[in-house]
Amino acid sequence: MIDFEPSEEEALIVETVHQFAENEIRPVARDCEEKGELSSAVLASAHELGLVTNGIPEKYGGGGEPSAVLGCLIAEELAWGDLSTALGILSPSLLAIPVARLGDEEQKARILPSLTGTQFVPGALAAVEPRFDSDIYRPQTKAHREGDVYRIEGVKCQVPWLDGGTDVLVFAEEEGTTRGFLVPRDAAGLEAEMEKNLGTQALPLAEITLAGVEVPAHARLGGQEGPGLEEIIDRGRVGLAACAVGMSRAGLEVARDYAKERETFGAPIATRQAIAFKIADMAIEIDGARLLAWEAAYALDQGKPAGRLATLAYSQARRVALKVADDAVQIFGGHGFIRDYLPEMYLRNAGGFISSFEALTLV
Amino acid sequence: MTISFDLTKNSQISVEHYNKMAREVMRPISRKYDEEEHALPVEWVDHWWNEGRKGAPVDIAEATDGFVTICIQAEEICWGDCGLYLRMPTPALGGSAVGAAGTPEQQQRFLGPFREDGHPIWGAMAITESSAGSDASAIETTADFDAETEEWILNGTKIFCTAGAQASTIDGGLTVVWATVDKSAGRGGIKSFVVPANTPGMELIGCEKKMGIRASDTATLRFENCRIPKDHLLGNPDVQKKSAKKTGDKGFKGAMATFDASRPIVAAMAVGVGRASLDFLKEEFERQGVPIRYDAPPRELTAFERDVIEMEADLQAARLLTWKAAWMMNTGKPNNLEASMAKAKAGLAVTKICQKAVELLGPVGYSRKILVEKWFRDAKINDIFEGTQQINQLIVARRILDYPSAMLR
Repeated sequence: MIDFEPSEEEALIVETVHQFAENEIRPVARDCEEKGELSSAVLASAHELGLVTNGIPEKYGGGGEPSAVLGCLIAEELAWGDLSTALGILSPSLLAIPVARLGDEEQKARILPSLTGTQFVPGALAAVEPRFDSDIYRPQTKAHREGDVYRIEGVKCQVPWLDGGTDVLVFAEEEGTTRGFLVPRDAAGLEAEMEKNLGTQALPLAEITLAGVEVPAHARLGGQEGPGLEEIIDRGRVGLAACAVGMSRAGLEVARDYAKERETFGAPIATRQAIAFKIADMAIEIDGARLLAWEAAYALDQGKPAGRLATLAYSQARRVALKVADDAVQIFGGHGFIRDYLPEMYLRNAGGFISSFEALTLV
Repeated sequence: MTISFDLTKNSQISVEHYNKMAREVMRPISRKYDEEEHALPVEWVDHWWNEGRKGAPVDIAEATDGFVTICIQAEEICWGDCGLYLRMPTPALGGSAVGAAGTPEQQQRFLGPFREDGHPIWGAMAITESSAGSDASAIETTADFDAETEEWILNGTKIFCTAGAQASTIDGGLTVVWATVDKSAGRGGIKSFVVPANTPGMELIGCEKKMGIRASDTATLRFENCRIPKDHLLGNPDVQKKSAKKTGDKGFKGAMATFDASRPIVAAMAVGVGRASLDFLKEEFERQGVPIRYDAPPRELTAFERDVIEMEADLQAARLLTWKAAWMMNTGKPNNLEASMAKAKAGLAVTKICQKAVELLGPVGYSRKILVEKWFRDAKINDIFEGTQQINQLIVARRILDYPSAMLR
């Protein structure tokens, strides 16, 4: 039966995460962006909320039914607080979800418990490549089997590289198929260089070069007969769509509040149709994008093919993110261009969604 | 309650049932009644009256998706032909008005005949006047009470009255007319009245010649000392004076509540037209060996694929917003905001989708040999009637900004 109401349990989680985003994340968002680093205090206290354990089986320290819909609800609230911080807090999912879903017993036993301990341990996934024709489905990074090892060659970018991580999941092509390989961050031949980007400047992202990095054969996700990574790509698109919706909602709210305060010719600019209609369109498009993300997440939870829905959801959410952020800057006028206010940050972050973000978070 | 995108079995039955009807009964006559404007589509009218109105073969013991199922029905039928949908012998918007503002007794009295045997009958709603469209509070048609005969006397002229030709002239039909009982009271004086077909004083002046939905009769009705019984007024007869600010708009709002129920349906109609265009486009290109790749990187997508993916995402966003607005009615939640969101999104998205389909199909799209050009024409009305794009933006903006209408108009 069609239903758009989160369950009581989900609603409670959303409320908790929203409080956290409002009280802990939003107040430091601008500061983090300016300093170019995440707040380790926020990461630590977010870890205590246990937000990434939901995708991990109980026997490895997780709990609860894995749910992409719930993942979307959480991601939206966190990204409403701040996109960089949200992607940092959720980074353990970059290892947790692929390993829990596709990993073999040894991989699960090694990786998963480390993510659910008392300390926050970030995850890392290398899916994007620093070329204009980067294609997550068909990476240029190659993996060759040589006896008992894989030798990996290639360059990846936009890899979340938070302090304290152990492994990075690298997407590489092996004989025409895209596979995931668990590579220790300190593997010989792996060089990481921190990036500077248009937006999300608080989030540590690295360009990593893999020059003949050797990993044992059992480092391939899912063992020798492992499944492909299409589902993980879908989970990335849906998760990013939810983040885009959360950031857009924040943009709408700050623009709304500003438009009600700022006066021109004796009345708030929100009373002018030119501004009010922008606000209405923002609200409509954000709601539509959210429902598309939920629908794709629901398909994932039902084990149905979600590729088309995930692509539709993400393509819509990234366009909406850009439009909403741009309108928010416009509504702020000159102040929108000033870094004392949030809209310019949302607009720069939206540049990431429209250009390249893939698999920066998973649901 | 928990988030779910699964249609009930009964909704799935509805989809199949109405899609089959659209394909087998509507599409074959779609072009004919577009070309023969104003002609009564007898095949369709008879089919609906004799078969269609029985509904889909659902299992009444099982759950439905409530108003979502009704939206699905509208989408499927309008996928067949939006003009023919508006020509069905049903209470239509007149029924929505009676449902939203009428007492249970009035609902039984006025809508009962639509469930009975006999010849096909129609319902309609008459709001718009030549000087009062989006600003429904500006209507000038008057209703005066004759205390002696206990009758209301209507005077004025209504335009753009969908299904008005049949509803006003075929016995058993009804037209819900909006009129003011006290001009000095502004919106508070506006009430809705049920006028049975062939009531003396109501005259069908003619039908509009239109760009699209030509199978639908869009009538002008003149009311000249048209008398109806006292109990044909829907809802509360008390005039709410402007000065009573808190309750001042109750009567008008009651009438406007009709829109909260009808806008999701109009949005669903739009989605049906948009899907017709998009389905045709995709099938045609697939037949030509040009399938859509949903997993290609952006730089490899053709302009055509990019357009189609954007059209699909917009259409699905419109559909989900529509379902959400309808679902809220199931739960009894106020859906004024969501109904306008759905209508604004669907009206515009579908207009653009149908225009893009003509563009992408080139001379094939432009030709009257196939229906894509017809959907281009049919789609546009969805961004106008039942509240234009701009009126719905106003409503959404007021809600989001928490402004009363006086602050933002």
